[in-house]
Amino acid sequence: MVLFVIFCPIIAAILIMVGAPARKTALAASVLTFGAAVFLLMSFDQEQHNFQHITSFTISLEWRLNFTTGVDGLSLIMVLLASIVTVAAVWFAGTIERYENAFYACLLFISGGAIGAFASIDLFFFYAFHELALIPTFLLIGIWGSGNRAAAAWKITIYLAIGSFILLLGLILLYQSLPPAWRSFDIRALQAGAAQGQIAVDAQRHVYLLLLIGFGILISLFPFHTWAPEAYASAPAPAAMLHAGVLKNFGLYGLLRLAIPLLPEGARHWTDLLLVLLLGNIIYVGLVTIAQKRLDWMLGYSSVMHMGYIFLGIASAGILGVTGAAVLIFAHGLSIALLFALAGELRQRTGTLVLDELGGLARVMPFAGLAFGFGVFAAIGLPGLANFAGEIMIFFGSFKNGWVMDRFHIFQIATVLALWGVVISTVYMLRAYRKTFMGTISEQWKELVDLRSGLRVPVALLVGALLCYGFFPQSFVRMLAPTFRTYLTTNTSPLTDMQTCSHSAVRRPPVVGLNDRNAPQVRGYNEGAWR
Amino acid sequence: MITAPELEITVLVLGMVILMAEAFATTNVDKRVLAFAAISGLAIVLLATFFVDPTTSTSQATGFWSFYTADRLSIVFKQFALVTTILVLIMMIDYAPVVRTSFPSARDGLGEFFAVPIFTCAGLMYLVSAIDFVFIFVSLELVTISFYVLVSFTRRNPVTLEAGTKYLVLSALSTAFLVYGIAWIFGVTGQTNLYRLTEALANPDVDRGAALLGMVFVLVALGFKIAAVPFQIWVPDVYQGAPTPVTAYLSVGSKAAGFVVLLRVLQPFLALPQTQRLIVLIALLTLIYGNLAALPQANLKRLLAYSSIAHAGYLLIGVVCFDVRAVTFYLVAYLLMTLLSFAVLIIVAQQAGEEISDYDGLARRSPFLAFAMLIGMVSLAGVPFTAGFLGKFFIFYAAIAQHQTILVIVGVLTVGCGFYYYLKVVRAMYWQSTNLAKIPVNGLSRLAISALVIATIWLGVYPQPILDALKR
Repeated sequence: MVLFVIFCPIIAAILIMVGAPARKTALAASVLTFGAAVFLLMSFDQEQHNFQHITSFTISLEWRLNFTTGVDGLSLIMVLLASIVTVAAVWFAGTIERYENAFYACLLFISGGAIGAFASIDLFFFYAFHELALIPTFLLIGIWGSGNRAAAAWKITIYLAIGSFILLLGLILLYQSLPPAWRSFDIRALQAGAAQGQIAVDAQRHVYLLLLIGFGILISLFPFHTWAPEAYASAPAPAAMLHAGVLKNFGLYGLLRLAIPLLPEGARHWTDLLLVLLLGNIIYVGLVTIAQKRLDWMLGYSSVMHMGYIFLGIASAGILGVTGAAVLIFAHGLSIALLFALAGELRQRTGTLVLDELGGLARVMPFAGLAFGFGVFAAIGLPGLANFAGEIMIFFGSFKNGWVMDRFHIFQIATVLALWGVVISTVYMLRAYRKTFMGTISEQWKELVDLRSGLRVPVALLVGALLCYGFFPQSFVRMLAPTFRTYLTTNTSPLTDMQTCSHSAVRRPPVVGLNDRNAPQVRGYNEGAWR
Repeated sequence: MITAPELEITVLVLGMVILMAEAFATTNVDKRVLAFAAISGLAIVLLATFFVDPTTSTSQATGFWSFYTADRLSIVFKQFALVTTILVLIMMIDYAPVVRTSFPSARDGLGEFFAVPIFTCAGLMYLVSAIDFVFIFVSLELVTISFYVLVSFTRRNPVTLEAGTKYLVLSALSTAFLVYGIAWIFGVTGQTNLYRLTEALANPDVDRGAALLGMVFVLVALGFKIAAVPFQIWVPDVYQGAPTPVTAYLSVGSKAAGFVVLLRVLQPFLALPQTQRLIVLIALLTLIYGNLAALPQANLKRLLAYSSIAHAGYLLIGVVCFDVRAVTFYLVAYLLMTLLSFAVLIIVAQQAGEEISDYDGLARRSPFLAFAMLIGMVSLAGVPFTAGFLGKFFIFYAAIAQHQTILVIVGVLTVGCGFYYYLKVVRAMYWQSTNLAKIPVNGLSRLAISALVIATIWLGVYPQPILDALKR
């Protein structure tokens, strides 16, 4: 089933390149993928912390390289996010004038690459699948982009290429830092090795730095973020949705999957650096966002800024913060995809996204205005929408901070500063919303019509997911918890953390799946399962 | 059972037969028949190579006064040379109209155009088996002299003539360096056989400095063959001026043979600490120069020339680490993707031109060629699921294992440059639009290009066959 989810978009893309009707095939494939992802969700055993639905093909015995796919809680919600956003993006794409087949094939390649990366248990394919999206992104921005598309396309491609080669170095170094008997590209085997303390402290520090820079470039970590707003502003809306909503999460997923469980010592060593950088994301990029005059650039910067919160969760390295980070990845993916979709639609109708030229559009486009409002409020982090749960968990988690520090409490300061990010994002988001949809409508926009019913479906899908997830975050947290509990062996009291979260912050009943379980069988790595 | 030397003899005989047939055949025979005969002959030899038992020990010589070895590495590279030659001959068939127009009477030339590469192939096959300096010199000359003919084949074209002259002069110079270096080494150790040389160098009485001097001279000559900086001056002009199939042959065949010889020649000298440092320096210069100089190129053939220098840099990283398998895999990947790019280039060049701007809108004019070129370019750049990526992966793997930090850092940065100049071609093909006519592709070329595309992707996903071939 996992194989189907990965290869359905890729095969559909190849079919489209060969000559199948573009839009129909793409839509069918994305809906099928979504269906399969939901099926995976339904058949997923939440009590298990191991990977499930595993299939494996041997590529090279000598290098212990296998093409292994499977999902655990973390990768499953990533796959789910990818499939939801793919459906929305393909649906939104509509008719393309030039090279329609190539456009849809590129979209599906990005989607298939992202899903493949999320569902690969093998590091090599985890890496390779992500790169599958590189050339399609280059083409999507270059051929169908707007504005300064050439510069944007070059920038994103070269940034991502260098970033991913730095990442490759990190992965090779990780592989080599294990003693030969333990070497493997299999994430489970690596975790077993790390749990046994097979990765030397020195090596952990080096690898973590390489991974942080490599993934950081892919995620648009300050100061490597400059490619992101430009690329998202220039990209056609579906490409921006897929890239900002799904593909960028590859780096975050990678940090959660590799850096935290395998390299705790490295993470500890570089915490200060990461905190400074992520404050750059939140404060500096946040202020830059306020200064934006165009809606698409503002959304691009706001996406970069939100990466800061997620990094804060990752930096805290406690179960609460990390879970919050995963929750926020999902939520941010949905909300930014929704916002980019609507912004792209506005650009198509009005031909401009300069904030000062728009205004009062909610009068003629009430549905779009409502949906955009949901996206805006989600991005700000209003309770009831998905981002809130993630942000609150991150802030609590990082303020409490994953490990005991016997020196100056840099985490608390960072958290307090990061909280100002909420204010900053409120300022720019509400300002943009007011300038676009509220206020007096100028004469030239009075003829505009609202989204036609066909386009309301993907919007409703995204808003629905945001709401559903906002009101019932614990269903996802329950899926994530076993994974992270296995990871964070260094954490002193993961259970108390989770309870704090459930009671005081989210005010939800205690997470059942967590409490009725005894002290976790940490390092619960099952030898037999993967051999 | 077939023994290895029979392969080369067969190839040489095939070459002579085709030359004779060309000379004595009655008129009005389509010269392309000769090319097909050559291709099928080489294909049979290629098939035969799979039935040759490689010798178990590398040092075990099989005749020719212990000049010649048939170890696994040499068998793989004999197959490599044969595949390259077959593909180059297929390209030559496509290129035949250009050659024909450059001769006053249509009868001239074509026969030799198809026959000479067979001798080059025999030279390459001897070269990869050579374990004695004398034999290395002789087979290298066979390769080089046949290239003299090929490079300046369309001699009425002044650009080609310039390329031919440059190649001739600089190649002769490098040969002089080679002979001089061999003389120094022989003078110090009294040996020309590489394995006896290893023992001789272990002797403390030997003058290390003099041996090192000889090695440096040999390195200069080989640096010329593999297009390493600072011996790369000839590359852009010769590549641009030579007939395109010959350029492809030069950049793949000549370079691969150069690297095999480099690996064999360096083996005895690895004991000297200066050797590795010297090659690290050359590798760094080659990486930086090749990649930076490729950035502003507007002519695709010239771009591929600089890219060939850049790839020599990555291969030299493998040589520094002395990882034979990584180097070999990279060379195989390089063969596939370079020949793929040249195959497309030949077809497009006849309809449009060799400038990158001539590729504008190729996606419209021929989706097949554009896609093939896309695969070639992304593989050269190093995108996963192509052979080029795995080549870089193995090279970087070896370099990290040996803590060659500077090489790795420079390597990664130059990969970023590579993405820019290779994607420039992709941009031209897909971003720009045009309303020019479709470009037709004949059946044989379509087959060859498809095979190369599939092989490039196949090797990028499943590299094990090549790794296995080199293991035992």
